Amino acid sequence: MRVPLSWLAEYVDLPPGTSLEDVHAALVRVGLEEEDVHTFDLQGPIVVGEVLEFVEEPQSNGKTIRWCHVRVAPDGEQAADGGDAVHGIVCGARNFFVGDKVVVTLPGSVLPGPFPIAARKTYGHVSDGMIASARELGLGDDHDGILRLSTLGIDAPVGTDAIALLGLDDAAVEINVTPDRGYAFSIRGVAREYAHATGAVYRDPAAQVTAADASVDAFPVAVRDEAPIRGRVGASVFATRIVRGIDPTRPTPAWMIARLKLAGIRSLSLPVDITNYVMLELGQPIHGYDLDALQGGIVVRRAAAGETLETLDGKVRALHAEDLLITDDRGPIGLAGVMGGATTEIGDATTNVLIEAANFDPVSIARTARRHKLPSEASKRFERGVDPAVAGAAAARVAQLLVDLAGGTADETGSLLHEAPAREAIRLPDGFVTGLIGVEYTADEVHDALAEIGGAVTRVEGGFDVVPPSWRPDLTANVDLAEEVARLLGYDRIPSVLPVAPPGRGLTRSQRVRRGVADALAAAGATEVLAFPFVSEAENAVYGSADGSPVAGVKLANALDATVPYLRRSLIPGLIGVARRNLSRGFTDLDVYELGLVFLPEAGRSYGTAELPIGWERPSEAVLAELNDGIPAQPRHVGVLLTGDLQHKQPGRAAEPAGIADALDAVRRIAHAAGAEVEFVQGSHQAMHPGRTAEVRVAGQLVGYAGELHPSLTAEADLPRVVAVAEVDLDSIIALASDTVEARPIGTLPAATQDLSLVVGADVPAATVAAAVREGAGELLEHLQLVDDYRGQGVPEGSKSLTFALRFRAGDRTLTAAEASDAKMAGAALAAERTGAAIRE
Amino acid sequence: MSEPLQITEPAVAAAVDAALAAIAAAGDSAALKAVRAEHTGEKSTLARLNASLRDVPNDQKAALGKLVGGARGRVNQAFAAREAEILEVEAEAQLAAEAVDVTALPSRFTAGARHPLALLQDRVCDVFTGMGWEIAEGPEVESEWFNFDALNFDADHPARAMQDTFFVDPPEAHLVMRTHTSPVQVRSMLEREVPIYVLAPGRVYRTDEFDATHLPVFMQFEGLAVDKGLTMAHLRGTLDHFVKSIFGDEAKVRLRPSFFPFTEPSAELDFWHPTFKDGPRWIEWGGCGMVHPNVLRAAGIDPEVYTGFAFGMGIERGLMLRNDVQDMRDMAEGDIRFSQQFGMVV
Repeated sequence: MRVPLSWLAEYVDLPPGTSLEDVHAALVRVGLEEEDVHTFDLQGPIVVGEVLEFVEEPQSNGKTIRWCHVRVAPDGEQAADGGDAVHGIVCGARNFFVGDKVVVTLPGSVLPGPFPIAARKTYGHVSDGMIASARELGLGDDHDGILRLSTLGIDAPVGTDAIALLGLDDAAVEINVTPDRGYAFSIRGVAREYAHATGAVYRDPAAQVTAADASVDAFPVAVRDEAPIRGRVGASVFATRIVRGIDPTRPTPAWMIARLKLAGIRSLSLPVDITNYVMLELGQPIHGYDLDALQGGIVVRRAAAGETLETLDGKVRALHAEDLLITDDRGPIGLAGVMGGATTEIGDATTNVLIEAANFDPVSIARTARRHKLPSEASKRFERGVDPAVAGAAAARVAQLLVDLAGGTADETGSLLHEAPAREAIRLPDGFVTGLIGVEYTADEVHDALAEIGGAVTRVEGGFDVVPPSWRPDLTANVDLAEEVARLLGYDRIPSVLPVAPPGRGLTRSQRVRRGVADALAAAGATEVLAFPFVSEAENAVYGSADGSPVAGVKLANALDATVPYLRRSLIPGLIGVARRNLSRGFTDLDVYELGLVFLPEAGRSYGTAELPIGWERPSEAVLAELNDGIPAQPRHVGVLLTGDLQHKQPGRAAEPAGIADALDAVRRIAHAAGAEVEFVQGSHQAMHPGRTAEVRVAGQLVGYAGELHPSLTAEADLPRVVAVAEVDLDSIIALASDTVEARPIGTLPAATQDLSLVVGADVPAATVAAAVREGAGELLEHLQLVDDYRGQGVPEGSKSLTFALRFRAGDRTLTAAEASDAKMAGAALAAERTGAAIRE
Repeated sequence: MSEPLQITEPAVAAAVDAALAAIAAAGDSAALKAVRAEHTGEKSTLARLNASLRDVPNDQKAALGKLVGGARGRVNQAFAAREAEILEVEAEAQLAAEAVDVTALPSRFTAGARHPLALLQDRVCDVFTGMGWEIAEGPEVESEWFNFDALNFDADHPARAMQDTFFVDPPEAHLVMRTHTSPVQVRSMLEREVPIYVLAPGRVYRTDEFDATHLPVFMQFEGLAVDKGLTMAHLRGTLDHFVKSIFGDEAKVRLRPSFFPFTEPSAELDFWHPTFKDGPRWIEWGGCGMVHPNVLRAAGIDPEVYTGFAFGMGIERGLMLRNDVQDMRDMAEGDIRFSQQFGMVV
């Protein structure tokens, strides 16, 4: 809402010298947030001039200019710029006559732009200023010619300051109005709030006019809502007033144009300007009809199937059964509270006008405005609630202005259908406000604050009964009243008291582990990133499915980027995007990771719930279970991506390119931080290199993959050929890891170490051989480490030699070499049995 | 066995002199080792003199034994002294040879980094767990009931439209990307026993275009306390403590009246700090208020018995204010330089 200060000052006392900042500061205190300021951005001298004479001079460029002599100061006086009383001015426009009063921007003045005016040589003359158009002054869009003051109905003496004359010295504050404060979409409401903030005297503009006596005969109106939305009839109040014999072509006064302009509304025609003006002033949307175009009385009803309406914007709209309509005998003539129809529009030929000031159901208006994509100044106000008691005054105010400015005559009586419904009192027990706000308010303070906002406050046993004012539909409960008291008396009175929470249990295990994992990866040199979770359907199909079987994805109905409307099933596409961005910025060595949710709906299942619980009570456990069951699984994954060199080349050391081994190490770090034992098994994933993929298992269960991306995918993504990745389900790892460690006794007796080399088939996984050795060697084997995988001379083709370093130890005695050898041989024997391994001599 | 030698004083003195001269002349431990073998080894004169003691008549044994023993002792002493000298010189030479340029050493260390938003989120959580609060979490794809209805957003209220919600297809299924962390409030109240003091951090989603000041995906944290006798003063006290914990003792909080469907009274939360780049000033950082009775009712908590307060702030804005981040896109694009300038601390 934009509020011109001159307008505000009509209804509340602004101390002299009050600045825009002062007004903002006052309004912020009561909850109207500062948004912007608006001014005309003009600097004088800009004065009224009179065209004394001109000569038309055709130019070589085809234009004809007028060389004018314009009187800008009374005879014998100095002009406002210190120059002569008559200025010579070159003017490109030709829409004026000798004797016209015009607006002259004298040298030294500045127009919005900023566009400074100076005497300058042009078309063979020195043009000593400029004759301004309405648009150049910021008053409107008219740039067909210069502004002739007579078209605004103005005849002011030569030399008069045109800035003040046209209201261009005014300025507006813009405030952000929260959805509960519909009444602050009016000068009336903002002036009241300003009075609350400053204590200044407030004059209700609605009280400055008298609503006409209502008569059912003045104009027939009926509300026939056969399908109220959520039990609320579409129109609760409908006031009309008739003004006859207007001249709609009369100019809108400059002050009104200026105020509308500052308020963000373009001047269109006098009757339209008046309806907008009253809407801004009182917050009541107004619609004006050409009375003679109406056929019979008005009926407010819902649309019927197949009905259409051509709205004022020239569009023919198919109506919905929920749309609330204004109709006459011929059918729909307006979308109630949203936009009028073309057939009854006020035009230049209109003489008799029917004014409508109605109160429509907020929900009905909101739905219609959204359905037809017609958010308007009117619908914005109805959605937030319009004072149902102001309709009569608003109609009277429009009538008054039409009489004063358009020369009409108002009918003595108007019609008013439905009085504003009476409101019920809210009980406010003594001490309630203090108990909620934490400030020791006195009963008088509470009383006075609620009275000041317009409430009818009555003392009752143990508290107050408060009937909220008609313009505050948002006040429905005692907590609403508590807020009013708190904000009127100032939130800065609220003290600071730190509450003592009961002892908590700190982070959960999962929260601790997630932090540990993130820290461990970063400590090992990786960089954490946070990618958006939006992906394409193809990315989900490739990265979100190991074997290529079809997967479901969560799709957004209103994605920002239509190429990525799905939520990720895998973190890898996001990491690939991050890698591409970094590579494009010159970073070729990358080790990045992300912890984040993935979204895993099951194929063939539908999610969500058709109905939502209604009402302010705890839903049953069954209903809550159904809601939760309708939400797809969203486990937390960790994704890792490495490419380029893990270790760059350094003095005395070669570069170490990142590869599958580093992806596996990242997984080891993750599992280690989670207290889980991880196992790698040769695996396959359609997005990964067929020979360089490991399944990640914890406690025998698949929890993810690690390896290198398929080279065809890295080529497609313009990445280096080798990109190592890992992705694991961290929630599963945490669930599968044991949450306590059972400590083993630490053996202090000497250890015996021996090496064992086994020749096995090249395709036998080392882990299988190691497992057999470990099992066969039994309890004496304390540690086993694969130290070599040799293929070549001395080892048969198709075989490999695996060398393990073994460490044996007994808890109760010093082992002999023979005991260690026996254990080693037992391990070798089981390996031989299981894998065909032979001891390499 | 070589011939026994005649033990005489001159012979012993000559052997000692020869040994001492050789010891003094030895320049390194290898030379000294050779000298030792030559002058004290089995075939050395002194060893042979010593061996000859066997053949000496008994009455001369003591005197000659003393003569030879003393000679050997002097020589051994000289050896030990010279050896110590040489070892010291050699140790120094080795140390000198082992010197490296500490500025040119290869390194396996890579400066990894947490994302600063995650680090700041962890810090925020620590402030609250330090007060006894617990950390609550919920899904990012959420039922509209938790995201809106249970939070007192009327289905047709303009406040619902102002949330710029991402809807999951089809919209009739009533699933949304949570627009705030407030649904976790509801989940906490449904799952926990009163009194409740929880902080809910996490990612939230709005249909804002991606630019320097807007992200469609960002991080919030939301606090909720439900207990007997809680007032707005407790809300302010909690916020005061929080901003001082994160921004230092000079930070201050201001509440401005505002509107949120799920709180009444509601307030915008501004905070002030002397070190903001453009000078000390108030900056808007979130919303807060007393939990609306309808929200308590939707969770089965009696508003006649309990009151609650809630507040919500954006982590991104916190990072911008605290660490002078100018462009929000830096937080989302994953350029490694952004995280790496923070490292492991924020």
